[in-house]
Amino acid sequence: MYRYDEFDARIVKERVDQFRGQVDRRLSGEILEDEFKPLRLQNGVYLQLHAYMLRVAIPYGQLSSRQLRRLAVIARDYDRGYGHFTTRQNIQFNWVGLKDIPDILESLAEVEMHAIQTSGNCIRNVTSDHFAGAAADELMDPRPWCEIIRQWSTFHPEFAFLPRKFKIAVTAAEHDRAAIRVHDIGLHIREKDGVTGFEVLVGGGQGRTPHIAALVNEFVPETEILDYLEAIMRVYNRHGRRDNKYKARIKILVAELGHEEFTRQVNEEYAAQRSHEKIDLPGGEIERVHAYFAPPEFADKPAVSEGFERAKAADPAFARWADANLHPHKVPGYASVTISLKPVGGVAGDATDAQMMVAAHLAETYAFDDIRVTHAQNLVLAHVALDDLYDVYRELDAAGLSTPNESRITDMIVCPGLDYCNLANARSIPVGQAIQEVFKDPDYEADIGKLHINISGCINACGHHHVGHIGVLGVDKKGEEFYQITLGGRADEKAVVGDIAGPGLKADDVPGAVKRIVDTYRDLRTSREERFIDALERIGHEPFKEAIYAAD
Amino acid sequence: MPLIKNGAEAEDVWKYTPDDEPLHGVGSYTVSLERYVMEASSFREGNHTIGVRLKPDDDPAALEPYLDGLALIEIDFPKYTDGRGYSQAQLLRRRYGYEGELRAVGHVLRDQIFYMNRSGFDAYETAHADLGSVLEALSEYSAVYQPGADDRKPVHALRHKS
Repeated sequence: MYRYDEFDARIVKERVDQFRGQVDRRLSGEILEDEFKPLRLQNGVYLQLHAYMLRVAIPYGQLSSRQLRRLAVIARDYDRGYGHFTTRQNIQFNWVGLKDIPDILESLAEVEMHAIQTSGNCIRNVTSDHFAGAAADELMDPRPWCEIIRQWSTFHPEFAFLPRKFKIAVTAAEHDRAAIRVHDIGLHIREKDGVTGFEVLVGGGQGRTPHIAALVNEFVPETEILDYLEAIMRVYNRHGRRDNKYKARIKILVAELGHEEFTRQVNEEYAAQRSHEKIDLPGGEIERVHAYFAPPEFADKPAVSEGFERAKAADPAFARWADANLHPHKVPGYASVTISLKPVGGVAGDATDAQMMVAAHLAETYAFDDIRVTHAQNLVLAHVALDDLYDVYRELDAAGLSTPNESRITDMIVCPGLDYCNLANARSIPVGQAIQEVFKDPDYEADIGKLHINISGCINACGHHHVGHIGVLGVDKKGEEFYQITLGGRADEKAVVGDIAGPGLKADDVPGAVKRIVDTYRDLRTSREERFIDALERIGHEPFKEAIYAAD
Repeated sequence: MPLIKNGAEAEDVWKYTPDDEPLHGVGSYTVSLERYVMEASSFREGNHTIGVRLKPDDDPAALEPYLDGLALIEIDFPKYTDGRGYSQAQLLRRRYGYEGELRAVGHVLRDQIFYMNRSGFDAYETAHADLGSVLEALSEYSAVYQPGADDRKPVHALRHKS
């Protein structure tokens, strides 16, 4: 993975010093909360319902064991013994004291981490495929380009005060695990005539007006991609709406100008950029960053591990976990392991300091010191030998981290909701837990197969309800919480926004409605091989909508 | 309002004149882009020194034909959160080659000044920051990741000095 050189280290250290000064001025009363707000907001510090929240960047979800251990120590020493992994592959600490934040940032800087641009109307953490460098279906590892984009976007002087926040995602695999079509910019790495380049999609997003990103360029060569990004950002910075924060994302600019006119403006800006403000990234720099992501030294192993097969036969719980939580690796004899942070009755994405320590230990011992955070709020050990899986499983199991549900119905994306967030209209966490309760029998869940439920506590859609196969949106109706169900959304290469199924339900009625949707699917599917989302596409939404409102 | 120019306090001889007011006497005035473009030829022959004040939605390309004769362009930040002025500044300096004074006016805060400087501003009219804090802000970062309108070399260039 990437390591800081003297320049990276210096920039992060200077940021810590700067913020320490700002916090001192705030605590001494020299500046008021109003003046402090823009400063803390570019340092990932939010004032939440109960306390200050600190959001720490995990660039493209990549962590070393040393970094994860440091996050565990921060959770233990400065928070209440846990952290919350987010859909931007970051981590949030919900209970930190403002006076401690400079020390926390200093502690993070020691392990090459920071909270830069984790909030504010700027370019946020660049996200990517959590199986990058491991997945059998990727063209190449997208992480080096994520790192190059991270550096380019860090303290970019022209784009620090955009109309609204800005999110970029990068993938290099045909199956899109990075949800690039619901990002402000989605990049798909391609190859053309031996040249590496990017397919560029712009204007995807969720929130109150969800959009799927539009293709603006089929192929931008790698040496020009930063210029192309700069052209898009400049068109957006100059012409994006600033009169209404709900219409300020780039998706609205693309929609209002029209796809064709937007593309024309970007290409015109790009041509001018290339002749005047060209970035001229040296070829040596592209190589330098790529060298950090060279594949680890995998052992020569047979594709089938006898030990792994024997353990599965002997231990049904392990077999069930292996069936759910492994992803095929490009190297024979290896797999990628998902560590689920979605136990039944838990809070999606939460991990205790002790659990983080266990994951760090496993990464160091079995997984080339490499941990990923997924946008579905789980952790991944990207490279584990099949021979080691049973040992890994037993340690995970002892730490309460062996829930066998990756991409299954209890593996939900859930926003913090009204329990934590001052924007929310309704609670999300208890609704998710109540749905989990219905599907907690692992055989029942395994029979249902892959199915994404996403839950948001308000229209801002932090729980990605628009792109859940089943989406749940909390709304406030005259002081009472109601939940709207959407059907058929997805965030992958066939991304589409889900359809609202009908009137909202009371919280108590949601689990039963979801169960009726699922049982309708089980009745109507052609076989267990036909996934929920495919059955929905084949049959149409009608029978599922009827099921929602059928009496028990 | 205090003016900080090229890293020092400076006297401000310029006065902004709204479109509906005539220019009084001999002096240095800034006017709106519309007024400047409309009256450019008479301004050049008159006794005044004229500069331009850009609003956030003004297109700096409109000034391209006049840049040689301009001693001052002000860019207005009605709110610090409105970042259009950074793009206007970058374009004026880098694309159109403007070399005169580029001044940030309006809601100019200490913590915006580093970005402003990198975008090509060399003067700041601010009620919110004194000279000491402006100088501190200008030197807060000793390395940068992107080329800008200032003379700092980005780290990717420093890493690969030939």
